[in-house]
Amino acid sequence: MTNMSRRGLLRTGAAASVLAATGLPLRAQGKRGGRLRVGMNGANTSDSWDARTHSDIFMISAAQGAVFDNLTEIAPDGSLRGELAESWEASEDAKTWTFTLRRGVTFHNGKSFGADDVIESLQLHVAEDSKSAAKPIVAAITEMKKLGEHQVQFTLNAGNADFPYLMSDYHLLIYPAGQLDEALSKGIGTGLYRAEAFEPGVRFVGKRVDSHYKDGNFGWFDEIEYIAINDGTARMNALMTGQVDAINRIDFKTEALLKANPNVRILEVTGNQHYTFPMLTDVSPFDQVHVRKALKYGINRQEMVDKILLGHGQVGNDTPIGPANQYYNADMEQLAYDPDKAKFHLKQAGIDRLNIDLSASNAAFNGAIDAAQLYQASAGAGGIEINLVQEPADGYWSNVWLKKPFCAAYWSGRATEDWMFSSAYEAGVPWNDSHWDDARFQELLIAARAELDSDTRRGQYYEMQEILRDRGGVIVPMFANFVGALSTKVGTPETVGNLWQMDNARMAERWWMN
Amino acid sequence: MGSVTRIVVQRLLLGILTLLVVSIVIFTAVNLLPGDFAQAVLGQGATEEAIRSIRRDLGLDQNIVLRYLDWLGGVVRGDLGVSFAQMNFQSNMGGGEMKTVAAQIAPRFGNTMFLAGVTAMIAVPLSITLGVLAALYRNSAFDKGANLFTLSSISSPEFFLAYVLILFLAVIYPVLPSLSNIYEGMGFGERLEKTLLPALTLTLVVTAHMMRMTRAAIIQLLSSPYIEMARLKGISPMRVIVRHALPNALAPIINVIALNLAYLITGVVVVEVVFVYPGIGQLFVDAVKIRDIPVVQAACLIFAGAYILLNLTADIMSILSNPRLRHPK
Repeated sequence: MTNMSRRGLLRTGAAASVLAATGLPLRAQGKRGGRLRVGMNGANTSDSWDARTHSDIFMISAAQGAVFDNLTEIAPDGSLRGELAESWEASEDAKTWTFTLRRGVTFHNGKSFGADDVIESLQLHVAEDSKSAAKPIVAAITEMKKLGEHQVQFTLNAGNADFPYLMSDYHLLIYPAGQLDEALSKGIGTGLYRAEAFEPGVRFVGKRVDSHYKDGNFGWFDEIEYIAINDGTARMNALMTGQVDAINRIDFKTEALLKANPNVRILEVTGNQHYTFPMLTDVSPFDQVHVRKALKYGINRQEMVDKILLGHGQVGNDTPIGPANQYYNADMEQLAYDPDKAKFHLKQAGIDRLNIDLSASNAAFNGAIDAAQLYQASAGAGGIEINLVQEPADGYWSNVWLKKPFCAAYWSGRATEDWMFSSAYEAGVPWNDSHWDDARFQELLIAARAELDSDTRRGQYYEMQEILRDRGGVIVPMFANFVGALSTKVGTPETVGNLWQMDNARMAERWWMN
Repeated sequence: MGSVTRIVVQRLLLGILTLLVVSIVIFTAVNLLPGDFAQAVLGQGATEEAIRSIRRDLGLDQNIVLRYLDWLGGVVRGDLGVSFAQMNFQSNMGGGEMKTVAAQIAPRFGNTMFLAGVTAMIAVPLSITLGVLAALYRNSAFDKGANLFTLSSISSPEFFLAYVLILFLAVIYPVLPSLSNIYEGMGFGERLEKTLLPALTLTLVVTAHMMRMTRAAIIQLLSSPYIEMARLKGISPMRVIVRHALPNALAPIINVIALNLAYLITGVVVVEVVFVYPGIGQLFVDAVKIRDIPVVQAACLIFAGAYILLNLTADIMSILSNPRLRHPK
């Protein structure tokens, strides 16, 4: 084990056992018992147990966070560990991946878990007419082979070092093979909690299963209840009056009131969620690097964090890679507000005063109009005249984003660098909101994708982040924190996941009652 | 009695016509809103191709008149259709059961009716009693106090009243839960307890109207000769009002009660949101947000139907309460 190279560590799923062997305290110890009640937004009357349709915190917490399992799971510290998969191994070119599955796992209806379940569950996403958001992930698998009852081999159309990471996506839940219809309608998985009651858009109740492979490590509550509370004030009320034990997404304006309550504490993490101002880099004047540079120096990022996020965030550096990413370049020099430099770059571009339209609506993100006005004011000092065009919220994503040359937008971020870049920065992909097409960047993107050596990969991703900071077409002024609140009765581990709200939506698994 | 039946039939037929007009207006209005279901549901994920495929699957690419007639044909056969959200799921999954709009709305509507019922049980007796007392002690401190209180509560926005009640009854004196997340299979007692705060909020909203109408109707009668006669006989003022004035004042009071009951069914959206009460109002708002026309249409038909039926009931009740109308010459 000790002779294992870094390369080997990444290539095989033995990483988790190595880390465990070092004796690091991975988590604070929880206590069994109690009932967790959580008030969350993002619930709809059309919700179901079909993970292909999941997109918001309520169903992700209920499905991935309680009732179902994936092959792999992202730990609170951002590392990858096995869930239904015990270990995995890649071929040299990262094209063939072999997963060894956990033995002795049963679904809530008693069926035992095996290779067929994995294959059939993944195939759901590539079924004809499927609109699953995970379709591209599964479509990249050219062959799924059952090597044994507890071993599956995937062959990809191109090498992808992140493949095991992708298997932790909340759409890729494992359902019992041959019983898909039943599992999709009733919610039958292998998770820590059995679905006891589920009223779409209203509530979900889960009961702890008697014995589970995560016993002793996770799953402390006897019962959990998720209540749909879409209104922010109502959520806060429910927590303040002790009707629920935790809530997601608090309103920053009322944070002080929550803090004044001795029975409530705030749970705040900075993840990959970021607000952006993308510009189309193939449209004049944004096709000139100097104009883009001027715009980068014309924005006061710190002011936006202070005034738009009221301090609940972090300044961005014009890359979509955030603190929840593995190869986040935290030491890269920060772009700062500098109107003189903005003027200088305008001059380099041969422009005296720049006049541009910026389209924004609060549909892009909360406070987008205000942010655009701040930008307007700060850029003015640098010789850039921004004309703010207020767009209607309805149809913003269809009619403005990707259409207008300079607008406001947001991204929830992705678990891996490649996934983020290939969603919005790879040449030609549909969501490339800056029409980004840079030869060096593209070359690095392809190379890093199949690179199994962690150090080489780090270098590649660092360089890509620098390229985006220096000449990219997306202004990323800020990363917005995930802020929730909970009763002091609820215990949480020292490290809380920052990939997604509410401890990566896994509070049923990781939290406990004090 | 024959005239009552004739009125009922006549009004029901008119009601159906009203519903037809309402449905046309709503259908047109929702279609005039910017964006459609496909754009609303896909949000940031909207690509031309995805929008086209959803529109095709749901028939949104067809002519608006055709779509309306199609929907109307279904309603005439008693089929309210399937919500766009459900149909979209369906085409995503390629199988499985589909919940019809009727099945979606029924439990929500039941909850709304329950809330309206609890509120009516509190508000109607309360406001009539207050009205009678205010008429009895008119221009006294009690009368003015009751007026001031009910008028200020009707003038405040509903969410404000709701938060004031939460502050006093859930935060400072935690006697009632601030969250009214009732669900199927909940015991009646618990359900009632959870419904009390929203019901009290609504009571504050509707009491003023009913109470003032009761008071005004009674006071108006108090100057009639037959009341004077009753007084001259030496009956107590309370008895004069309850036995002699109130029965004759019933018609306008019933009218106001009916209007307010209709409001309890159709106008409770804000209260439902504040207390997280799973009623039809929330469903309606969600449906409008994503332009889910079948759900919007069904909810509107229910709202309009509630108004029509309650008004009809009010008219019939006032006929029945008035002997002159009951036995026309």
